[in-house]
Amino acid sequence: MIRKTAILLLAAALVAGAGSLTAQTLNSGLRGPAPLNEEGAAAPMAPNKNTAEREVRNYPEQPPVIPHSIDGYQIDLNGNKCLSCHARARTAESQAPMVSITHFMDRDGQFLASVSPRRFFCTECHVPQSTATPPVSNNFVDVDTLLSRAAPGGRR
Amino acid sequence: MSTVNGAAPRPGFFARVWGFVVELWGVLVRPSSVFGLGVLVMAGFVAGVIFWGGFNTALELTNTEKFCTSCHEMRDNVLAELKSTIHFSNRSGVRASCPDCHVPHNWTDKIARKMQASKEVWGKIFGTINTREKFVDHRLELALHEWARFKANDSLECRNCHSSESMDITKQSPRASVAHQRFLFTGEKTCIDCHKGIAHQLPDMRGVPGWQ
Repeated sequence: MIRKTAILLLAAALVAGAGSLTAQTLNSGLRGPAPLNEEGAAAPMAPNKNTAEREVRNYPEQPPVIPHSIDGYQIDLNGNKCLSCHARARTAESQAPMVSITHFMDRDGQFLASVSPRRFFCTECHVPQSTATPPVSNNFVDVDTLLSRAAPGGRR
Repeated sequence: MSTVNGAAPRPGFFARVWGFVVELWGVLVRPSSVFGLGVLVMAGFVAGVIFWGGFNTALELTNTEKFCTSCHEMRDNVLAELKSTIHFSNRSGVRASCPDCHVPHNWTDKIARKMQASKEVWGKIFGTINTREKFVDHRLELALHEWARFKANDSLECRNCHSSESMDITKQSPRASVAHQRFLFTGEKTCIDCHKGIAHQLPDMRGVPGWQ
């Protein structure tokens, strides 16, 4: 008898709990006010940065990011729009930075005459930058900051 | 037995045509004895208006996106590629359709281009590019024709909408503003020199100046 009552009470509690859960709207910074069971409206797309200014690299090996818009740039077997400015022979006219010499190396470290096929598809590593404010902040610290923290007063 | 004895035999086809032409010429050079000069002049004027209007209407009919893309060669290849570019869909809702870029707007130049296009009718009839593979094979040749045409007329069709006089370089990105001042305003280059492949995909660009 006691067991039956307990089951009934538990069922009632579950129903009440589920009801209050569905009535709840979770208002988190990431989801916005959209209820959990709905998708919510998509945020408007932010335009890409479109300047000619280089951005600082967070670590020496980082592929430099693209500070300008690359909408409609064709990079395929037929042609590479990026290289029409960034190729060695084109930099005088375009004043764009030349692709790094590492891009001329094949997998054995031998230098080729032009960009190596394995480095041809620029956007595999280099990406344009959106002006959107990221919903989750980034607390990345670069190595210089880290070293000066370890040795107060700075160390070089 | 249809021929009657004594009647002259029926002349041959060419002789009959020649006879008709001679008779027609005789009518045309003889002054009218039925219609007054004013009636003839007015009739000529009205006929002229109808002919000219009809000619231009037919010409404009062949100068629409709908006409161009009624061939599958255009619809499945170049139109499909145009659709993702800014000349098809953009923030201000102005669309540049096929003839805006590929047919001169000036009448005499337009007629000249239309006469050249008779070659394209030939290509359509004989299926020069009637499959995707054939189109891709001819793509460089076709693109070279258009680039040469734009180069020769100083990118006239671009400039029908984009003029360097009304270009506000302060509204452009720093890269664009520098490039336009250095190359466009000095006349050193014309639009197509840098802006290749903006409305359609590029062919194999090896050997094209400025490309790898």
